[in-house]
Amino acid sequence: MQASVELIGVTKRYGPAAVAVDDISLAIPSGSYCCLLGPSGCGKTSTLRMIAGHEEISEGDVLIGGTNVTDLPPVARGTAMMFQSYALFPHLTALENVAFGLRMRGVAKAERLRQAGEFLELVQLGSMKGRLPSQLSGGQQQRVALARALITHPKVLLLDEPLSALDPFLRTQMREELKRLQRELGITFIHVTHGQEEAMALSDIAVVMQNGRIAQAAPPREIFEKPASAFVARFIGGHNVVALPEGRFAVRTDRCRLGPAGQMPGHVSAIEYQGAAVRVVVATANGQTAEALLPDTLFHAAPIEPGAAVTLGWDAADAHPLPDAA
Amino acid sequence: MRRSALFSWLQAAPLALVLAVFLVVPMAMIVVVSFFDYSAFSLIPDFIFTNYQEAFGSAVTWRTFGKTLWFAGITWAITFAIGFWLAYYLAFIVQGEVTRTVLFVLCTVPFWTSNLIRMIAWVPFLGRNGLMNSALLGMGAIDQPLEFLLFSDFAVILAFVHLYTLFMVVPIFNTMMRIDRRLLEAARDAGAGFWQTLWCVILPLCKPGIGIGSIFVIVLVMGDFATVRLMSGGQSASVGLMISNQIGLMQYPAAAANAVGLLVMVLLLMAAILRAIDIRREL
Repeated sequence: MQASVELIGVTKRYGPAAVAVDDISLAIPSGSYCCLLGPSGCGKTSTLRMIAGHEEISEGDVLIGGTNVTDLPPVARGTAMMFQSYALFPHLTALENVAFGLRMRGVAKAERLRQAGEFLELVQLGSMKGRLPSQLSGGQQQRVALARALITHPKVLLLDEPLSALDPFLRTQMREELKRLQRELGITFIHVTHGQEEAMALSDIAVVMQNGRIAQAAPPREIFEKPASAFVARFIGGHNVVALPEGRFAVRTDRCRLGPAGQMPGHVSAIEYQGAAVRVVVATANGQTAEALLPDTLFHAAPIEPGAAVTLGWDAADAHPLPDAA
Repeated sequence: MRRSALFSWLQAAPLALVLAVFLVVPMAMIVVVSFFDYSAFSLIPDFIFTNYQEAFGSAVTWRTFGKTLWFAGITWAITFAIGFWLAYYLAFIVQGEVTRTVLFVLCTVPFWTSNLIRMIAWVPFLGRNGLMNSALLGMGAIDQPLEFLLFSDFAVILAFVHLYTLFMVVPIFNTMMRIDRRLLEAARDAGAGFWQTLWCVILPLCKPGIGIGSIFVIVLVMGDFATVRLMSGGQSASVGLMISNQIGLMQYPAAAANAVGLLVMVLLLMAAILRAIDIRREL
């Protein structure tokens, strides 16, 4: 499979001491959905902006479809970007916003407005053509931004935290829609997010970043089942990182149980009811905390109170060894 | 309900009073006086149209109005061209808040002295034996002093541009600073070059600032008399100068009639600008 987007030793420096992105290499197959994931300041947005051509690359190369685009402007790269706050032109209607890219390419007015209308239909906003951005809701603005980015038929669509401004309900809905569009259009999506849930739901490849480096790049299932480091295990969530005499391990909280026998004796420090499951936090005598996510039926069959002495345990096969370094 | 209505009236009263005393009453006085009769020594209360007939029946008046418009038009075009790029430089090219503020304050330095002094400062520079002519003669670029430099329409417009460009810079700069930088990035992402971004994004978003700047410059130029008198050396005329001369001759009703004419003209221009540009966004 031909790599659609390839980063080779890409580095971004803001001044001599401030390295935002540190020598990262990554291959994203064409037609895949890739999420760049990490806490704020990990360099994921800088990486995206370098792929987009909005940020100069200090060192290294970016290849798109096998062509080195390091020094090309955005329009020559075949990328389109959807900005975090959408960056819609406030003086143009939804239709004119969508048509903007075609206008810049010199497409005649009637033709570009017709095409823009089709793209607005694609994002289910056909009835909002004449509205100004200020007259649209956040979700609608986002659809306009999406249509505007897609109208130039980019090979790669870059999305900078596209869902962060939406309320949780709309977010899930929009997430589905992004995935549907990506499947239908068959183009590469690169999506920056700080939400691991979003990355797991959407991506074919998730790239977890930490301090300007890639901590792990793999399909989300692999990341969840075999986190490469304690950082990844903690960031992706749903894991205990425990230090045992044999070494450090990541254990999924849903694979932990409370029982008479187990690896970590201690007492219950917190209990949280979550509907389908109950989260029980156990603090051990040596100062570690770990938690078990128990199915609600199991918990309610033998309820316990905070402070109770318990032992947290898991099957040896569920313990995933981690490298010793943090 | 009645009580709160009364309260609202009271709250609006001070401003209404100030506007009434300092704006409406004087204007009304001018309109009233423009219908008065006058002799060499006195105003004669009356209701006659002679002042208007004399003023607007004369080709000189029309020519003077035309000349004033011409000054305003050319000054507007030049101050806009300079002001827009100055504002653009300050808003988009200069990096860093501190540098920007320093440069902006630098722009206002000339305003620390009076208009008159700034105008007079041009005289030794532009005069027949002034710095400019001496320099050009010395370089051998010309063999006779350039006469058009001072006491000419050129000098008048030069002074206007010098005096009023800042009034164009400030409002345009303000609107430019409010443009979300991501819009420029979005335009670039969509394939817009420099001029396309300027024409399709920056210029439309600067319209309110351009409108306000235009109003400032046009109103100031239309009402000016000192600059025209000083810089044209009495060889050019403007409506303001004409009115000022009539006041000097104690022909108050004639001056008032011209003033009403000027007021109407300026109001029409403002109406045209406000029709073309919605400045409310900026206020």
